Amino acid sequence: MTNEFTPATMEAIPTNGQELNYLNNGYGLKSWLLTKDHKRIAILYLISVSSFFILGGIFALLIRINLLSPEGVFTPDTYNRLFTAHGVIMVFLFLVPAVPAILGNFLVPIMIGAKDLAFPKINLLSWYLYVAAGIVLLIAIFAGGIDTGWTFYTPYSTGYSNSNVLLAALGVFIAGFSSILTGINFIVTVHTMRAPGMTWFRLPLFIWGHYATALVMMLATPVLAITVSLMALERIAHVGIFDPALGGDPVLFQHMFWFYSHPAVYIMVLPAMGVVSELIANLSRKNVFGYKFVAMSSLAIAIFGFLVWGHHLFVSTQSIYLGLAFSFLSYAVAIPSAIKVFNWTATLFKGSISYDTPMLYALGFIGLFLIGGMTGLFVAAVGLDVHIHDTYFVIAHFHYVMVGGSLMGFLGGMHLWWGKMTGRQYPEYWARAATIIQFVGFNLTFFPQFILGYLGMPRRYASYPPEFQTLHVLSTAGATILGVGLGITIFYLLWSLKNGKRALANPWGAPGLEWRTSSPPPTENFLVTPIVTWEAYEFAPIETMEVLGYPGDPGKPTQPVSAEHGTED
Amino acid sequence: MIETETAPERIEIHADHHPHLAHHFESMEQQREAGTLGMWWFLLTEIMFFGGMFTAYTVYRHLYFSAFAAGSEVLSVWWGGFNTAVLIGSSLTMALAVFHAQMGNAKKVVFFLLFTVVLGGIFLRVKYIEYSDKFAEHVFPAGDYRWPTGEEPAGPHNPGDLLLMLVGLEATHHPGPMEHGLPVKVTTNYSEEGPYYGTGGQIPEQVQSDSMAGHVRLYFWFYFVMTGFHALHMLIGIGLLLTLAWQAWRGKFSREYHSYIELTGLYWHFVDIVWIFLFPLLYLVDRHL
Amino acid sequence: MSEHIVPKSTYYTIFGALLVGTALTIVFAFINLGNFNIVAALVIAGIKAGLVITFFMHVKYSSRLTKMWVAVGFIWMFLMISITMTDYLTRAWLVYRP
Repeated sequence: MTNEFTPATMEAIPTNGQELNYLNNGYGLKSWLLTKDHKRIAILYLISVSSFFILGGIFALLIRINLLSPEGVFTPDTYNRLFTAHGVIMVFLFLVPAVPAILGNFLVPIMIGAKDLAFPKINLLSWYLYVAAGIVLLIAIFAGGIDTGWTFYTPYSTGYSNSNVLLAALGVFIAGFSSILTGINFIVTVHTMRAPGMTWFRLPLFIWGHYATALVMMLATPVLAITVSLMALERIAHVGIFDPALGGDPVLFQHMFWFYSHPAVYIMVLPAMGVVSELIANLSRKNVFGYKFVAMSSLAIAIFGFLVWGHHLFVSTQSIYLGLAFSFLSYAVAIPSAIKVFNWTATLFKGSISYDTPMLYALGFIGLFLIGGMTGLFVAAVGLDVHIHDTYFVIAHFHYVMVGGSLMGFLGGMHLWWGKMTGRQYPEYWARAATIIQFVGFNLTFFPQFILGYLGMPRRYASYPPEFQTLHVLSTAGATILGVGLGITIFYLLWSLKNGKRALANPWGAPGLEWRTSSPPPTENFLVTPIVTWEAYEFAPIETMEVLGYPGDPGKPTQPVSAEHGTED
Repeated sequence: MIETETAPERIEIHADHHPHLAHHFESMEQQREAGTLGMWWFLLTEIMFFGGMFTAYTVYRHLYFSAFAAGSEVLSVWWGGFNTAVLIGSSLTMALAVFHAQMGNAKKVVFFLLFTVVLGGIFLRVKYIEYSDKFAEHVFPAGDYRWPTGEEPAGPHNPGDLLLMLVGLEATHHPGPMEHGLPVKVTTNYSEEGPYYGTGGQIPEQVQSDSMAGHVRLYFWFYFVMTGFHALHMLIGIGLLLTLAWQAWRGKFSREYHSYIELTGLYWHFVDIVWIFLFPLLYLVDRHL
Repeated sequence: MSEHIVPKSTYYTIFGALLVGTALTIVFAFINLGNFNIVAALVIAGIKAGLVITFFMHVKYSSRLTKMWVAVGFIWMFLMISITMTDYLTRAWLVYRP
């Protein structure tokens, strides 16, 4: 079956631009800053999260500039502050909120047929907490900096570091609260507000991914909160809870810190995996192979992800026997991830694949997450980890899963739903070019780092022996290319807001509920409560997929949408 | 179940639904269900928050059991037991407040909410007495901490004493042996050349490194941090209860709509459960005769 | 409303049981049971917490979903404590003899 509905071939339906949607339903700063509309809150998050992403990226470039030469450009003290800032911003202010708080907030209610999330005011509060956390962390970073690494290991952070650790702890605490509130909202919404006919196994895999993520957010983040609180109190009182000189155990800090921080990486990747399921299914016009397995894998990853934190503590004097157990469990947690990758690949087989940008991102995700995941198995082996722990191998591993995985997923989702969110389509050829540039740049940045790590280059070092320079230069070159690619994306997305083609309700011909309402959607999402009678990825000719109500046409509850039909009648 | 609204005129039709039904919900039942589930989920995050403290407590109790026992002896079982009973009583009054909300009896709701606040206040008054005693006995872990010798700790010895101390008619702390004849007096120095700097933290003397005195100090840190976070949650709870009592007095709630009272009840009971565990873990370590 | 209304008598009974439990906790603390002291204390505390959850917090009359989530919460905390403790309990098993 040919796919006639690529954005490049569709004529934009000349809408009168007067239809009421969530973007023009009220103007002015107050209508945005006091909004209860989940879609507007998603846009607020988009602006703030993107800003922090760019800032975190600048710190990354500074790191790479420093590493161009063996002696470095900055002093070691400054370098410590640079990588800490990069880590703190990217982990807490970008990776954790990006997909859930932007795409999740926007799409979860629409995909299940609800008018909003369960607790709209709490949703707004979560954004304010995020912004507050961001401001506190900005102050911590720019008024002197933090030099402990984003992991705040004790006793350095509690007794020796002469930097803004307390402020950073406060910022992280507040950011955690923001995350918890988002998680509560998602779980309650999915449990109680699904539209009639939307059974659990008709839910898009995007929802399953976000549900699993919310579980992790709620059970793990409070432990981060108490850990940073105890760290802060220890820094003030020096009682010795984490200080060996006073009878405390620094490894206890590591246990508590990683009890959150390992599940946190699943908070970062599960939503992106949910996005990838949507990208693959919608752009190959085929039901996801093994839908139930993929759904259950999300839950399995969430649960197993809580049982592996000790693999960050292999060389920390943690019990060797417990280390073995954690190693075994770390291998086990790779299984549900692998199931997903197999199922996505099987979905592509004999699908009607269109190589538009979202699909390019999805394919990129599969390849890069594969490498990231497999190298995770390397580090999960206790014996090997003794050699590669705290080297660039680990850095390359987690950047492959975080950037190659989460970021690709995030960008793919942004492209798939850009028209839905903004009413404008992005320029397809520029987007494809940017994606490819990013892919090349990314691999050039991080693949040499596997080699560096294997050869023994430690992480968080400002200078290094001259024999490592070639690989570092390659890496920095790659980072520059990646930066250019990302810059192009940011540029054309902003450009499209004014100059992009107006988006149709269903430019991809996809069956999900979000495509049954206008682009952008009205404030209530649907003008008619949808009744779901179709399965999760039931692709059908576009004429049969009615758009449920068009604002401005109260008398006509349904409107078909296709290129042939042109304007609304 | 297809509902239609007219847009863009946005005619708000309120006649056919409860005034307190939020517009994104389909029914009061759905709203109530969502609220209850939401509050339970928030309580689960609180379990994990306190759970982190319990984890650290378990580790150090395992490592330094005798220090924990020595520290626990300085606490007063009278105060701890009394407080436990008071808090359980406040859970009862909270449950009764919810009962009367379900009955639609606003006056009784206000009464029981305020009764709960009073009991919560008594709990906090006792904690204030205990904290002051501990400061006076120099077992507060920061500042002028001194090794407790195991002499008679402050606290009541009988219910009569307890009531008199509660209302302030009897002094709670009897300055005495606790401050004299100490085998190890740990002093603190503040030095800018030392390893601890930046936040004005105090540098403990080396005598504390891995010593019984230091471990007992760690025990008291757990005492203050755990009961401190618990007390903070109680304060928030009292604030919520006062707000609810005011709203109930103004007639906001009814038989059909009183979910905020139920949800606050869930929160209050949870705070009670945390104390049910804190009491034996902090006050009754190795107390046997 | 479809909510179940618990009679006041149930509340009073549970209140009494909780006070009895508190008294028992204190009594057992002063008896030498060796390693069992902590077990007794936690078991009684667990029963008291269970009573509060079941009756005061209405979990007995709540949906299966709520019951499951409450269990999950406590299991998760227990998991965190026990796995962490496994580290401290098994560190000494491996003694390095050069």
